[in-house]
Amino acid sequence: MAPTDSDLSGRPVVMDVFRFLPDEETEPRFQRYEIPYRDDDVVLDALNHIKAEVDATLSFRWACRMGVCGSCGMMVNGEPRLTCETFVNEFHPEPIRIEPLAHFPVARDLVINMEDFMDKLPTVKPWLVPADPKPIEEGEFLQSPAQLAAYKRFSMCINCMLCYSACPVYGLDETFIGPAALALAQRYNLDSRDGGKAERANVVTSHEGIWECTYVGDCTRVCPKEVDPAGAIQMAKLSYATDWVKSMLLPGG
Amino acid sequence: MAGVEVTAESRPATPLWWLLFSAGGVMSAFFMPVTVFLTSIAVAADWLDEEELLDAVRHPLGRAYLFLLVSLSLFHGAHRFRYALVDLGLPWLGRRAWLFYGLATIGTVVCGWFVLRL
Ligand code: SF4
Ligand code: FES
Repeated sequence: MAPTDSDLSGRPVVMDVFRFLPDEETEPRFQRYEIPYRDDDVVLDALNHIKAEVDATLSFRWACRMGVCGSCGMMVNGEPRLTCETFVNEFHPEPIRIEPLAHFPVARDLVINMEDFMDKLPTVKPWLVPADPKPIEEGEFLQSPAQLAAYKRFSMCINCMLCYSACPVYGLDETFIGPAALALAQRYNLDSRDGGKAERANVVTSHEGIWECTYVGDCTRVCPKEVDPAGAIQMAKLSYATDWVKSMLLPGG
Repeated sequence: MAGVEVTAESRPATPLWWLLFSAGGVMSAFFMPVTVFLTSIAVAADWLDEEELLDAVRHPLGRAYLFLLVSLSLFHGAHRFRYALVDLGLPWLGRRAWLFYGLATIGTVVCGWFVLRL
């Protein structure tokens, strides 16, 4: 007979958690924890329960618990997810395997080293580069709702790096600037207040930039903020390719 | 938005290959199946008269269509195959752009010759 709901909630949550102390151990290992099931727990709650009640040596990052800070990303059963937005009841009573975000070096347990992303982010100048300097006395840059809509979706990124863990191109070649940073470049290129597209071209269209993307689309699938980095990169390709054709047809123009 | 200056680092030819790849994608995804259906299945099944079809293809527009269909699809395939080889762990082969686009260019010339002689 199939177990009923009440039988299931009596069963513990089984978590297989990736453990690794690079300074002290040569190989990572998985540690199994069994903790009481609560229907409204997210995976991050379960990890916090382990940390508070079972094993204080477990390390992981989190801050906001509400899908805003972007620091709680981990591999949950092989998929990059925000653990504060992933409910335990999605998997229970099957075991839940928790690993650090793929494609990044591990600092300790579930904590990754995000230096690579932090180094790449500023190279695409993800800030407004005004076309002409505008003194403060002249007031703010006005923008219509349509101008806002042109880039709004791409501005929702919380730098959680789930897209880097999902991206097979980044997995093969870590020099690739990657989904979030390239999407942010396009976000500013699309902003009516911005004039920095040409300045970003060197990096965005470089060997490590948009042309490396093969439009797999996994970044868009896993993004918790529906940023659609794959779409942003496709738009950037078309836009820079159009500029290229223009520069060929109108040399010096 | 300001036009973008293409610098040495930005691999000047890449946008061209990508544009050919994209155009070829449309050709091979939408027009290739229709063309294969018309030239093979429909003619074989006698839904379409072979002579009529040949007349249509010999029209300058028909020739242009065939030429673009084949050559753009070749560039699409070359680009796709090149990137697939990199993904499959053969970057030393996949990164030889000239090899793949060169083959597509040869195919394009052969196709042009064939289309003119039709
Ligand atoms: S694009 Fe989406 S998945 Fe990538 S870092 Fe931003 S919010 Fe996270
Ligand atoms: S804890 Fe901030 S996004 Fe999950």
